[in-house]
Amino acid sequence: MATTTVPPQAPEPVPGPKKNRIGLQVLDYRGSKTTLCAGCGHNVISERIIDAMYEMGIQPERLMKLSGIGCSSKTPAYFSARSFSFNSVHGRMPAIATGSILGNTSMMALGVSGDGDTASIGMGQFVHLMRRNLPMVYIIEDNGVYGLTKGQFSATADVGSKLKSGVINDLPAIDTCALAIQLGATFVGRSFSGDKQQLLAMLKAALAHRGTAMLDVISPCVTFNDHEGSTKSYKFMKDHEEPIHDVKFIPHFENIEVDYEPGTTTEVTMHDGSKLRLRKLEEDYDATNKIQAVSRLMEAHEKQEVLTGVLYINTEAQNFVEMLNMVPEPLSSLPESVTRPPQSVLDEVMAELM
Amino acid sequence: MATTEVAVSPHLAADRSPIVNDLSLQVGTVNGSGSQSSNSVLLRTIFQMGVPVSGKNLFPSNIAGLPTWYTIRASKHGYVARKREVDFLVAMNAETAKEDVMTLEPGRAAIYDEPLKLNELRDDVTFYPVPFDKLTATVCPEAKLRKLVKNMVYVGVVANLLHLDMAEVEKAIRSQFAKKKKAADMNWSAAQAGYDYAVANLTKQDPYKIEPMDENQGKIIVDGNGAAALGAMFAGVTVVTWYPITPSSSLVEQLIDYMNQYRMTPEGKATFAIVQAEDELAAVGMVLGAGWAGARSMTSTSGPGISLMGEFAGLGYYAEVPGVIWNVQRTGPSTGLPTRTQQADLLSTAFLSHGDTKHIMLLPGSVKECYEFAGEAFDAAEQFQTPVFVLSDLDLGMNNWMSDKFEYPTKPLNRGKVLHKAELEQLAEWGRYADVDGDGIPYRTLPGTDSPRAAYFTRGSGHNAKAQYTERSDDYENNMARLSRKFETARNFVPQPMITGEGNKVGILAFGSSNFAVLESRDQLRTEAALEADYIRVRAYPFHKRVAEFINAHEHVYVVEQNRDAQMLSLLKLDLDVALLPKLRSYAYSDGMPLDARSITDFIKNQEGK
Repeated sequence: MATTTVPPQAPEPVPGPKKNRIGLQVLDYRGSKTTLCAGCGHNVISERIIDAMYEMGIQPERLMKLSGIGCSSKTPAYFSARSFSFNSVHGRMPAIATGSILGNTSMMALGVSGDGDTASIGMGQFVHLMRRNLPMVYIIEDNGVYGLTKGQFSATADVGSKLKSGVINDLPAIDTCALAIQLGATFVGRSFSGDKQQLLAMLKAALAHRGTAMLDVISPCVTFNDHEGSTKSYKFMKDHEEPIHDVKFIPHFENIEVDYEPGTTTEVTMHDGSKLRLRKLEEDYDATNKIQAVSRLMEAHEKQEVLTGVLYINTEAQNFVEMLNMVPEPLSSLPESVTRPPQSVLDEVMAELM
Repeated sequence: MATTEVAVSPHLAADRSPIVNDLSLQVGTVNGSGSQSSNSVLLRTIFQMGVPVSGKNLFPSNIAGLPTWYTIRASKHGYVARKREVDFLVAMNAETAKEDVMTLEPGRAAIYDEPLKLNELRDDVTFYPVPFDKLTATVCPEAKLRKLVKNMVYVGVVANLLHLDMAEVEKAIRSQFAKKKKAADMNWSAAQAGYDYAVANLTKQDPYKIEPMDENQGKIIVDGNGAAALGAMFAGVTVVTWYPITPSSSLVEQLIDYMNQYRMTPEGKATFAIVQAEDELAAVGMVLGAGWAGARSMTSTSGPGISLMGEFAGLGYYAEVPGVIWNVQRTGPSTGLPTRTQQADLLSTAFLSHGDTKHIMLLPGSVKECYEFAGEAFDAAEQFQTPVFVLSDLDLGMNNWMSDKFEYPTKPLNRGKVLHKAELEQLAEWGRYADVDGDGIPYRTLPGTDSPRAAYFTRGSGHNAKAQYTERSDDYENNMARLSRKFETARNFVPQPMITGEGNKVGILAFGSSNFAVLESRDQLRTEAALEADYIRVRAYPFHKRVAEFINAHEHVYVVEQNRDAQMLSLLKLDLDVALLPKLRSYAYSDGMPLDARSITDFIKNQEGK
């Protein structure tokens, strides 16, 4: 294109709002104003979800937000308003998630549940969802109490943990991570709403995973469970959080090379080519070893430590959608010509029944 | 082998005129003994001979070792309902044989296993002793198979005594064991051994016989669950979830077979997903999740499962999510009689859940309607964006029925009011729960619709026309009023009632599997009491206005149903003008056995003073 015309001087670009790789602003990932208590850990998690979606460049319309009932289950209203959301019934989000994902396998799914919604009323559905390795992110916003009904113990409360009223919990805590690992979830992590960097990295990695990514996020309830004697308070977490590694997530569209000393870091390549880099803080912890993960979790309970990080990851296992051998197109939009067999099929069946 | 010493009962007189193509044959066996195959062969043989026939399996909630009965009714008039009296008994089960024989009407006949010595019980029944074990041993050298083959011996004996065509018997056996040549051969030998024994040792003394007719051209034999499965496949179902429960399991099991055969792409990929859920709560939740995502989804269950689905049913109603739920009813309450039939979930299904919830229910009255309503249910669910229940029952679902061949659907699938990107972007305003058309039915979008305006928040909590959270009284009331309007719109959409006869004083109202007994009862009333009764068969709830019109046009209407508490009558009372209520009379039949014509006829004759 030989030309001598000198193009007019392009004006200096006005620094506009920051956009992500698909041209959306952080604003495009916001939801309506939260109605939860000021300082609630859940609000912080919603913020991290917004950050993770923005940084990953996820098209909001491609995401389904699913939840059960409880404070945590309200939060899908507070992020990504352009995503499709289904706030269902108590403890039954897994069934809604399973159905909606099967109905349209081209969608991403993110479920938000709480410790009551998952570990008590929803335990039956939770374990079966983990077992199926349904491709979705499943977040438990875990505060050890029922907030919406004013502070009763949940099943993740630790033995000896104390309610505001002075009632002591006598029953052992259900470790949702240990369960999820044992049952077949392929990405299991625990984090803390107050650990911004770790939570964000884990959320991004979870969004890149094609299997059940279960994140148990300790999220203190400032109104009912943030006092002395609680094992789910900000203070307790600050004192007892034991990260097993530094979590770094490098999305496939970012070409960053970081040198690391061999043996100090485990690098996992995700389904979309993204990299999950786990720099060991705890020697010998191998996040691909199921047995070790569960064993270390049990040990942590004994020591009153709260292990955080990606406790287990397996990018090889088949997920539920793959097992079902379905057509790649969403079932929801298959045309009648595909879903209604021709007259000849009916004739054949009728002949067999004669 | 008549001897002169014994006076022959007048019931067994040799000069009785033959009774052709009108009998009920009952086989009493032990469950798990393979008698199902033998009974199917008998049923198919009579069917192939062109004689209208139906079969009913009365089985225990058990896998092996308990008594089971199979009743085959052949009727030249085409009556296929249960007949209370047994005409021809095959007593194979020592445990029940005596009682079975004692309940026979005088003049009937019984084949029995010789060592049971049933002939000593009474002298007004024709007895045919057969040494089944000896005969079986001759055709089946392998002792462990004898238990299964033994039952095919009685097929041969029955064939001889009832004049069944042995060529048709062989055809039926070969079709029954189509994929197992060795089993087919052995069973055919067993049937022949029975036949030959009868020829050589038994003298026909009863009047019952089967003669070829030509009534079954173009007919099929199928159970209601299989018919429903076919209907769902041709209605384009894509997501199926289930939790096993008698009597509904065979619906999804047959659907799995059909889908694996006919709904795979040439590349070998499934155009569907079928999930065995962890329980009925999950099954219905998955249905709603899939329905919300835009898939045609269904589950199948029975009463206990329906109870478990209650909470989700309310969510589906209030959040307006489509889904199809089959309720193949069995006898409740609680575990009840899991292998007996009833129509006793009508009220619990109609209002399943808490709050002001009411559901569309379809009430198929034949296997053909099981097939057709499977499609109607999906259309209604998507048109009205709500869970739709189809109420079949064990009798309809699990028993074999003759039917006209099913017809290929002519209507395209009705996917309801769904806004896609282009339509959405032309609208100035869109509210997920706004009643734009005045019919109570809003417009929905499906997850993934590629427009920033497409998403909405689905919730079971209070919401306004724009799907926003609200606790305002006026928003709540308006929304509930719209849901009520939507239900009213459904009255004219769901299958209309079928009406037979007009201008008579007496009417009969029935639904579902009661249909066959009512049809026969109307003939009995006509011939025995010169009573003409018009008949309305209700096929859906909400009731079409013709239901009220029919009741209004009659002096009184017998509401015939299979439950204790007259649930259909109760549902009618809620719906009808009070002035019509005195016209209703109840015949509520409830013993877990399929309804028979005689029970209805006797009741109505008595009420009418005839």
